[in-house]
Amino acid sequence: MKLITAIIKPFKLDDVKAALKSMGVVGLTVTEVRGFGRQGGHTETYRGTEYQVDFLPKVRLEAIVDDSDAADVVDTIVSSARTDKIGDGKVWVSNIDELVRIRTGERGAEAI
Amino acid sequence: MDGATTAWLLVASALVLFMTPGLAFFYGGMDRSRNSLNMLMMSFWCLLTVPLLWAVLGYSLAFGGSGSFIGNFDFAFLSGSDIGADNGEKLVWLVYLGAFATITPALISGAVADRMKFSAWALFVPLWSLLVYVPVTFWIYGGSDSGGELTGWLSVRGSLDFAGGTAIHVNAGIAALAAVLVLGKRKGWPKEGHPPHSMPMVMLGTAILFFGWFGFNAGAGGLTDGVAVQAFANTFFAAAAGGLAWALTERLRDRHFTNLGVGSGIVAGLVAITPAAGFVSGMSSIWIGAAAGVICAFAVSLKFRAGYDDSLDVVGVHMVGGLVGSLLIGFFAKPGALGEFEAGLFNGGGAGLLAEQFIANAVTIVFSFVVTFVILKALDSTMGIRASEDDEVDGMDISQHAETAYNLGESTMAR
Repeated sequence: MKLITAIIKPFKLDDVKAALKSMGVVGLTVTEVRGFGRQGGHTETYRGTEYQVDFLPKVRLEAIVDDSDAADVVDTIVSSARTDKIGDGKVWVSNIDELVRIRTGERGAEAI
Repeated sequence: MDGATTAWLLVASALVLFMTPGLAFFYGGMDRSRNSLNMLMMSFWCLLTVPLLWAVLGYSLAFGGSGSFIGNFDFAFLSGSDIGADNGEKLVWLVYLGAFATITPALISGAVADRMKFSAWALFVPLWSLLVYVPVTFWIYGGSDSGGELTGWLSVRGSLDFAGGTAIHVNAGIAALAAVLVLGKRKGWPKEGHPPHSMPMVMLGTAILFFGWFGFNAGAGGLTDGVAVQAFANTFFAAAAGGLAWALTERLRDRHFTNLGVGSGIVAGLVAITPAAGFVSGMSSIWIGAAAGVICAFAVSLKFRAGYDDSLDVVGVHMVGGLVGSLLIGFFAKPGALGEFEAGLFNGGGAGLLAEQFIANAVTIVFSFVVTFVILKALDSTMGIRASEDDEVDGMDISQHAETAYNLGESTMAR
């Protein structure tokens, strides 16, 4: 089992969700986060005083998938979240040691 | 008093009273979220305490008698306000003027944001109202002799202040400066950013102030004739000119039209037209509003150079805007249809009126600064006026009021 984690632009969330659903991903967890990378931040001006805003709003999404689906899921996120502009985010994959469905107590791949 | 005047003053009283919660939202949105409820409460505290003080003592000392410097106790504890005597004339004025007294100390709250102990503010409001607002108001609007003429010494000298440019805005603005000098800077200012937490709330507050200001300026003459119409129209145009002038200044200087610039400019234009509303006509209100918009847009930056932490720019908007309007009366005042008073320089008058405007504001500035400074020093040496550093860091909402402005789904359990 793999945990796929992606940081994407907030306005791409619906596209990514639709693409993942149509390829059969059955669950997704989303968090609103803030961060910075090479995109940098922006400035805001209030009564002539400039403020540098370094942390930009992003969406972090997490999905747990079977080992055999991981590569496809990563490709789908990359293609659906891409705008070709700086700040599109990242996707990474990590191993999962154990997984339990709370309602039934099923374990491992059964619980995905 | 005829029915029309009574009806208009009742409506105008409600309009002016609505400005204090409007100001609460104007300031509350401009503050950071962890201090926004404290900001609202400082204005609402004025809505609770000032009307009662006004009934007991304030109105009588600000308007009673026929002295030069202070009123008497003739109207204390609402005596002399029986509607059987005059069909409510005294009482409607008492209420209307009480609404002005309510918003004036609330204006100061923007300067002391984020760091003043609420218990100290709670006492400061009635003390300041009684020791600063009441005497200054008497000098400009108070007393009446047997012929019905005002006897306060600044009005006898001949200075003009239609609805409170000097008595309210310059007065509160300079008091705000004294307050921040006693109180000190916020932790982290100016390096740490203090951006507004809710610009929509600021703009809503601006709208409420704008709406209420028609009662403030157009009611101040206590008239339902053309002077009231002129004051109303002047308010309408000066607000638009002030907002546009500030917004254009920012567009040229900082590249964008900002909401905060528009809201601040509207308020600056309204402040500036307040003293002049019933003394100028024609295009004058537009020039006064525009001048205030440009000058105040630069004046709010002075605090960074001079090093005083006037958090929400009470000095830059209210004192400076009030001075702009009050001094411009010396140029634009146009007697005749609006009544008998000295003409400004642009309308065939001499420099006498401008000199009186200067004197009235200088006197107010010195008196208000000194007395405010002394009140706060006295409070500081007895109870302390500055919140602890921990309270400031935690936010004034939690530390002073045990409340949170935005409970966005955090887990809470009743105890």
